[in-house]
Amino acid sequence: MQLTVEFGGGLELLCDSVKIHNVNVETPKGVQQLIMKDLLVWVQKNLIKERPEMFIKGDTVRPGVLVLVNDCDWELSGQLDTTLEEKDVVVFISTLHGG
Amino acid sequence: MAESHAKVQKAGGGRFCCICNEKRAALKRPKTLEQICRECFYTVFEEEIHQVIMENQLFKPGERIAIGASGGKDSTVLACVLSELNRRHNYGLDLFLLSVDEGITGYRDDSLETVKRNEIQYGLPLKIVSYKDLYGWTMDEIVKIIGLKNNCTFCGVFRRQALDRGAALLKVDKLATGHNADDIAETVLLNILRGDIARLSRCTAITTGEDGPIPRCKPFKYTYEKEIVMYAYFKRLDYFSTECIYSPNAYRGFAREFIKDLERIRPRAILDIIKSGESFRIATSTKMPEQGTCERCGYISSQKWCKACVLLEGLNRGLPKLGIGRTRVSGKDQKKDIKQSSGMKSIASKQCGSLDF
Ligand SMILES: [Zn+2]
Ligand SMILES: [Zn+2]
Ligand SMILES: [Zn+2]
Repeated sequence: MQLTVEFGGGLELLCDSVKIHNVNVETPKGVQQLIMKDLLVWVQKNLIKERPEMFIKGDTVRPGVLVLVNDCDWELSGQLDTTLEEKDVVVFISTLHGG
Repeated sequence: MAESHAKVQKAGGGRFCCICNEKRAALKRPKTLEQICRECFYTVFEEEIHQVIMENQLFKPGERIAIGASGGKDSTVLACVLSELNRRHNYGLDLFLLSVDEGITGYRDDSLETVKRNEIQYGLPLKIVSYKDLYGWTMDEIVKIIGLKNNCTFCGVFRRQALDRGAALLKVDKLATGHNADDIAETVLLNILRGDIARLSRCTAITTGEDGPIPRCKPFKYTYEKEIVMYAYFKRLDYFSTECIYSPNAYRGFAREFIKDLERIRPRAILDIIKSGESFRIATSTKMPEQGTCERCGYISSQKWCKACVLLEGLNRGLPKLGIGRTRVSGKDQKKDIKQSSGMKSIASKQCGSLDF
């Protein structure tokens, strides 16, 4: 599945300062869909290069990290259960850096 | 991004904005849990800040106001919103951007570039005051001498004064800072944990220092950090978000973490903590330090010399430890204060004395 994953607000520092990643995420065998929960695991494994604790806490993003799917707050779409489709844009922004 | 707009926001589950009932919701407001669209968000965000400004009479027509600008999200959004409200509601203010150059290579020089772009984007005149000019030392030079342990003591004390001196140079009536609701809730908690009653009662005040040379106000006192960042993101505002290289762990403070955890469970908690802070009244038996002026530089001080002069004296005499760990010397509590304030370092979460609004 082709997705665009963007990091902002300082989170890009955890992935070699690259903000925009066009990625191809394999869906589990026999499944067509991907949910945000799966994507978080994938991002942590494939994109985050350092200090993963700045990004993840438990099985979700660290409090203070905002998530938007196609420019819509994921709190409106079920957070971890948000389903993703081909060409979706997922943005992670930290609110914790600087003021 | 154009593509993501074209896409139906299926992620929103097709929910409509609860204000206009027309457009699809783009975010959930932490303050009210309302689901609203982008345009309605801009309106309520800006107009709530307008209400706070009016209800608290933060500004008077004709005043000159400096916006403390770090290039970060809060002050960038503040500059954007204040200049917009000033136009829309005819505040009649002369707005300026005021930045402090601490002399931190790779951090402040980059964020100052952001502020310089903001100067053009918002058409606000910018004044930069530097530690080097004011004190003869850059933070880089100070860190070389004192190491990384106490550098934020210097940074905090010097920055506070630098902003006042810059404000005096600009001849402004007031300084507006970007402290948001999350910052203030965090400060309330930390002041409770430190038993600092004097600061606890001061830290929720929307305007402070009215008796001093330059009063300071916080138009974002009730504005959630989430909304500030969402606003900056949706409007594609240009801000700088790299951590201070001299306090790499500063923002990992447990109080911040705790606030964010609470917010996730019950977003109102942030406003409620501020409310609790506001409800504290200083008992008459708690002695507030008397304010005088520094014998050396004339800055407000409760001691013979102000904190910056004590720190500078130490630096210039090659005794940089001078003045560190005595942030709140007040009469007979002196000894206790020394202990407490050195313990404070480990729990302070935001860098550079921002606890001390
Ligand atoms: Zn709407
Ligand atoms: Zn610092
Ligand atoms: Zn002085």
